[in-house]
Parts: sequence; C-alpha cells; structure tokens
Amino acid sequence: MTEKRNMHIPGPENIHSLTLENGVTVLSFSNTNSQTVYIVGILRGGGVQDPAGKTGLAHFTANLLNRGTQSTDFGTFHQLLESAGASLSFSCGTQHAWFRGKALAEDAGLLFRLAAEGLREPAFPAEYVERLRRQLLTGLSIRDQDPSEVASMLLDAHLFPAHPYGQPVDGTIQTLTGIIREDIKQFHADNYRPDDLTIVIAGNFSPKTVETLANEFFASWENLQKPTSTVPILPDPPASILRKHAFIEGKSQTEVILGSYGPARTSQDFTPVYIGNNILGQFGLMGRIGKSVRSKSGLAYTASSSVSGWADVGTWDFSAGVNPDNTEKAIGLIREEIRAFIENPVTDEELENTQSHLTGRMPMALESNGGLANAILTMQRFNLGLDYYQNYRQMIEDVSAEDILEASRRYLHPDKLVIASAGPGADIQ
Amino acid sequence: MTEQIHKHVLENGLTILTKELHHAPLISHWVWYRVGSRNEVPGKTGISHWVEHMQFKGTPRYPIHVLDAEISRVGGFWNAMTYLDWTTYYETLPAEMAGVAIDLERDRMVNSIFDLQETELERTVIISEREGNENDPMFKLSEAVRQAAFSRHPYREQVIGAMDDLRAITRDDLYAHYQRFYTPSNAVIAVAGDFQTADMIDQLAEKYNSLSSAEIQAGKIEPEDKIEAFSKVVVEGPEETVYFELSYRAPSANSQDFFSLMVLDSLLTGPTSLSMFGGGGISNKTSRLYKQVVEKDAAMSISGGLQSTIDPYLYNILAITSPDSDTERIRARIDDEIARLQDSPVSSEEIARAIKQAKALFAYGSESITNQAFWMGYAAIFADHTWFDNFIENLESVTAESVMKAARKYLQGDERVIGIYRPTAGGKR
Repeated sequence: MTEKRNMHIPGPENIHSLTLENGVTVLSFSNTNSQTVYIVGILRGGGVQDPAGKTGLAHFTANLLNRGTQSTDFGTFHQLLESAGASLSFSCGTQHAWFRGKALAEDAGLLFRLAAEGLREPAFPAEYVERLRRQLLTGLSIRDQDPSEVASMLLDAHLFPAHPYGQPVDGTIQTLTGIIREDIKQFHADNYRPDDLTIVIAGNFSPKTVETLANEFFASWENLQKPTSTVPILPDPPASILRKHAFIEGKSQTEVILGSYGPARTSQDFTPVYIGNNILGQFGLMGRIGKSVRSKSGLAYTASSSVSGWADVGTWDFSAGVNPDNTEKAIGLIREEIRAFIENPVTDEELENTQSHLTGRMPMALESNGGLANAILTMQRFNLGLDYYQNYRQMIEDVSAEDILEASRRYLHPDKLVIASAGPGADIQ
Repeated sequence: MTEQIHKHVLENGLTILTKELHHAPLISHWVWYRVGSRNEVPGKTGISHWVEHMQFKGTPRYPIHVLDAEISRVGGFWNAMTYLDWTTYYETLPAEMAGVAIDLERDRMVNSIFDLQETELERTVIISEREGNENDPMFKLSEAVRQAAFSRHPYREQVIGAMDDLRAITRDDLYAHYQRFYTPSNAVIAVAGDFQTADMIDQLAEKYNSLSSAEIQAGKIEPEDKIEAFSKVVVEGPEETVYFELSYRAPSANSQDFFSLMVLDSLLTGPTSLSMFGGGGISNKTSRLYKQVVEKDAAMSISGGLQSTIDPYLYNILAITSPDSDTERIRARIDDEIARLQDSPVSSEEIARAIKQAKALFAYGSESITNQAFWMGYAAIFADHTWFDNFIENLESVTAESVMKAARKYLQGDERVIGIYRPTAGGKR
C-alpha cells in the first residue's frame, strides 16, 4: 500500500518541467490510470491589475477570451470543444487570470490550441463584448441580492480599504457599464504575456507529447518584456472591532462574516495556522465553531472558519448563516471561541485528530487529474518546492500546539476584527 | 467502467454492491435508504431530512462528539444527503480504515438515540437551513412550481419541508420514521475502492447478519403521470432578476423514454453531468436553445434539468434574464425549438455527438472513487445497480424517431407549468 501511495504523490522525479525560450513554464504529470487530461494555467491579468475606476476590467477581459479569436469564431470555438466532450474556461481571480480545461486524452491538442488562441489572439468581437456585458450585469444583479456575497464584499472592502484586494474582482454595475472595448484590448495588450504564464497538465499522455504541443502553440508568443506594475502597500490589519451591515430586502436569513488578516501562503506561519484553523472551524462538523454555534446552541445550519493565503498576505474568516434575531448571539459565540483559541494551546487530542485528518485525506486531494494538476500548480505558484506533497505528512506532524498558539496570536484577536453581515435589518455603515 | 459490480443480498434483505478499484488507496462506502420526501405525508414534510440530521446526534456506542470525530480523524470526508426518493450516508477514507465507516453505519442504522434536547436544538438548525434556502429566489420559484405541477404526489413538497411542519414535528414522530424506514431490507450498501470483494462482503455480512429481516410497511404512492392542465405561477420579490421556468412531466428513470428525453435535453440545453463529486460538466454554448435564446439576446442564460427519480418528476427549462427582457419572447423561442424537435427528426450526427459528450462526462466522473460508489447506490434506488453500466448502451439505442416521440409525448404546451420569478415592481409581463 505504501509503495502504491508514493506512486501517486507528485514530486521532482515524476513532474516533467519545461521552460520555453519566451518564459512559458509547463509542468506535466503522466497519469496512465485515466482516460482524460486536465489542464490549468495562470498568468498576470488578475483583478489587482484593474486601473482605477475600472474594477472588473480584468474579469471582463478574461471572460471574453473564449468569445472568438483571430482564427476561430465563437461558434466554431465551442463547436470544437463541445463536440469532443471537452471544456475550456477562462476566469479571473484577484491575483491572476486563469484557464482550466479538460478533455478525453486524445483531445489534449485541442485544449492547447484553443487555450493558446484565447490567451494570445482574442478578437473581442463587439457583439460579444456587449452580450457578455449584459450577462455579467445580470450576474452582478444576482450577486448584489445574495446576502452571503454581499457580506463577503463588505468584509473585503473594510479589511483592505483603498486597496485592490478590497474591490470585487467582478466589478460593480457602475464600473462594468463604463468599460469600453478599447479598455479591454488595452488591458489584454498590457498584461497578457508569456513570461509569467505557468501551465500544468495531468493525465494520460507522454511528456514528449506535452513538449511538442507546448512548442507548437506557445513557443512563437513573443515576449515583449513590458515593465511590471506594483501592487499598493497593504493597509494595517483591523485594530478594533469594525461592525458593518448591509440591508437586503426580502431575505429570511442574515449571513455574517468575521475576518482578519492571516498568514501569506509562503509564510512559515501558514502551516500551523492552517492546522489551527482546522481545529477551530473545520474538523468533524465544523470544529469548535460548529460545535458552539450549531451543535450546542442550534443557532445556524452553517458556521465555520477558513484561511486562505496569497503570496503577500492571507485572510482568516469566520462565517455563519443565522436567523436575524440571533446574529449578535452568534457573533458573540464565535468571538468567545476565538478568545479561547488564542488564550490556551489546543489539546493533544485535538491536534492528533486534526493531523491524522489532514495527512489521511491527501490521497483524495490527488485522486483525479484535476486534483493533481492543481496541487502541482500550488507548489509552483508559491515556491513551496516540488517535493512539498511528498514531505507533507512530516511537515504536518512536526507542528506542535505551541506552534499553533504562537502563530495564531500574530493574526487573530477577538477584539480586532471586521464583522460584516447582510440580510434583514437596517444598514450599519 | 471495465471493473465489475458484484451484488450480494443478505438473508435479512440488505443489498450489498461492490466494485474493486485499485488506482488509489481509498475506499468510498455508502449506505442508501429508500426513504425521502416521496415517503412523507402532509403535516410531516421534511421529516426524512430531519431524521438524517438526527443520525449525527449519536448512539450509545458513538456518543455525539465521538461520532462526529470518528471519520474525520482517519482522514476521511463524510456527509449525508436527503432527496426525493432517498437518504444516503457516505464516507470516503483511506482503504485500511474502511472498518471505521462500516462499524459506524451499522451502529446508527438501528441504535441512534434521538435525544429530546438534541431534537429541539436541531429544529432551529433545520429552520435556519430553510431560511438560508429562502434567501434564494429559485427556491421560492421551485416551491410554487412543484405545488402547481403535482396535485397530490409528495414530490409537490420541498425536501426540507414546510415551515409549519418543521415547527410541529415531534421527537416521537422522528423516531417512528427512523424505526420504520431504517432497516436492512430498505437499505443498499455500495462500496467502491481498494479492497478484495470476498473480504468486503464477509466483513459486511458479519456486521449486518444479526439484524432482523422485517419488511417495511411502505404506503402506496400513486404516481402522477400527466400535468393535467396548463398553469402559470408568478412569484414576486425585491430582486432585480427574472427567472423564467418551463416545467414538464418527465418519465421515471426506469423508463426507456428517459434516455430519449436525456438526448433531447442534451440537444436543447447541453449535456448534463451525472457526477456529484468532481468531474464537472461540459459547457453549453452550442445547444439549440443557447443559439436561439442567448445568442439572440432574448435571455442571459439557459439550462435544462432532468432528474433520475422513481416516479415521474419534472423536466425543467430555465432562462435567467434581466427585468427589461420580454418573457413572452423567450417562451416563443423555446416553443419554436420544441416544435422543431416534434416535427422533424434530428440527424444521426447530433445523436452521436450527444453520446460522445455523455461518454466524456462518464470518463471525468470515473476518476473519483466517491462518484463510482455513488453511482451504484443511486441507480439501485430508482432502477438497479446496472443502470450506470448500461447507460451508454441505452443512450446508443436512442433514435431520431424516439427523440421525436419523446418531444411529442412529454413537451406539450398545454401540459406544463410556466413559472416566473420577477421583481415586485413588475417586469414587462
């Protein structure tokens, strides 16, 4: 069993790495157990690159990449994909533009070809700019009536005031309405370039095939070496309680999120905080938070916590969906759990349970081609080392209760939080 | 799908389905009960789902907070779901830990406590879950559409139950429901993953053989075959988005017509994935309705929904759009496409394409052991365990004539419900 498990863990000896002359990095992992391929890629072009007053431009641009290219119109592009039972989508996060695709193994070349066309030579047909704008505006209108989305935006806005991280990646109705086709073309020209493109592919193929495809579709992409813009300096984390609420008409439930900064993905604190968070708001039925808010008090169906880390900063969030009459009570219970968590170390039993949970579930995360490709991308993106998952068990087991306490205290305090909610009840501005 | 499914029935009526898969050191173990909202009566709606929640509240052997840590500790993920025809509990975990899942599920099949205080705490959790659902306009529309589409069949109620019933159901009601439906003869165990079939069957038989073979007294449920007359339901809310839904009576998943309707749905609104755990879908930008509705700017999105159920349920076509759209124009475009399917045979290329898409979706879903176990048990509830193995074969038997026949039989304009969710201020219609 051990031998077989090792075979599934990607590492330096079974990940094939290739860098083209123009800077495109391609990592591949052959999985001959499967009949399919999964491809994922990231490059510059995330929401942080949005110019002032044009929030949502990066997102609008990424979503237009499969609406027709210089060589292939919208209908043909999707006819090719869908007839093969394949899919390829472009999206946009805070940091990067992304693409993800999957196909039967024999159609790997189609994914490379259409991904390259979308990234390198999108046509941005005027008709599709307008159609997509209307579709996105409808999406924003749905988002703006969804308490959990609104609470989450409110949290970001107050956790990262006057910073791109505080802006919604998909923009606002006002900014999206104001973006013109020239903005999109310019954004693409300024940001999409080969030198920071990383592609990861996992599935049933030979490394040679991947090399041939990468060269065929990406090698001729000229690297224009444009200057890199910098992201503004991060604001300070909250120094006291900042309570905000947005009223949304006609809702039965309030969604509440409490948040603060967390460690960056690259920080030494990330692993102890990740383990600590599992104890606090994940393990079993949503950890200590779930036990307090749901099991013991019956206040909410969901109550949990999460950490996410980027290259420069992270966030640590606590969320619950509660009846409006119970909102303040649920907030109180979550803050009590935060206080207890930074006052005393977790118990040996909690730590052992969570360590066993996190190491035991790794094979599940690496079960599918999508899981494998995304794991490899995480290692590459955050410079964790390609042996990260092979050392994962040891790394998790080496963390002590004191490590968790010490790391958590650097980020978490029950009296220093942004508390955002949305749903019934008057605004708190 | 070359690995074989083994079926074994114990003397007490418990059905065991196994499928060996050795590509990852994992096992996925599911226990399915033939009970869902289909088995509920007015005044007690939501009771099956609530019983599912109570199954996490402990037995004498696994008290509440022991139970919720048991699977998580070994690195597994686990959960439960309740739907129209079934309630299911599952654990996916490292193969060597399978015994933990088997022991826990055997225990809570008959030994759950249903403590009075825990029941009351869970009442407010479930009410909170329902209030969370009510935040979504589609929940409210679906509730109204089901009431109009069924006059007496239990499918007319939401799985989560009516609010009045959730306030009134007692601990004894719940316990009686549990005792009635949670028996070996009403259950199917489905296990997929890294084990030896003979060992697995021995292990399960040893655990379950001592349980009694009482047959359950299920009330007779009369299917509703037709929507007797056209109706239109309008729900209004403060949102600024319009949801326009056409609902038709769909055949049982056990009918050959189901496969014809599945191909028809794929042509009209794009292929639908049958996977619940990873794999994902194929985009829908070349379907007949996408071209006629979205590409012609009548609505922002279009999708179809066909579900595998024991009794005839509903086939839905949903368009989402902005308040300035003309829903009558959307209806006319959908009706034109349906008429085209009723009047002229589709080409064999189109059917072949739908089958290739279904095959690809199967391949994606098969990468997950959890999906593979899910498919076996799920199929056993509404047909038998071979339903998924024969799925592609059944699709291949679909012809242009059978698609045309299905369009004529199931998609009649005077036997449907039109549901509209629109802004209170009023859209165009």
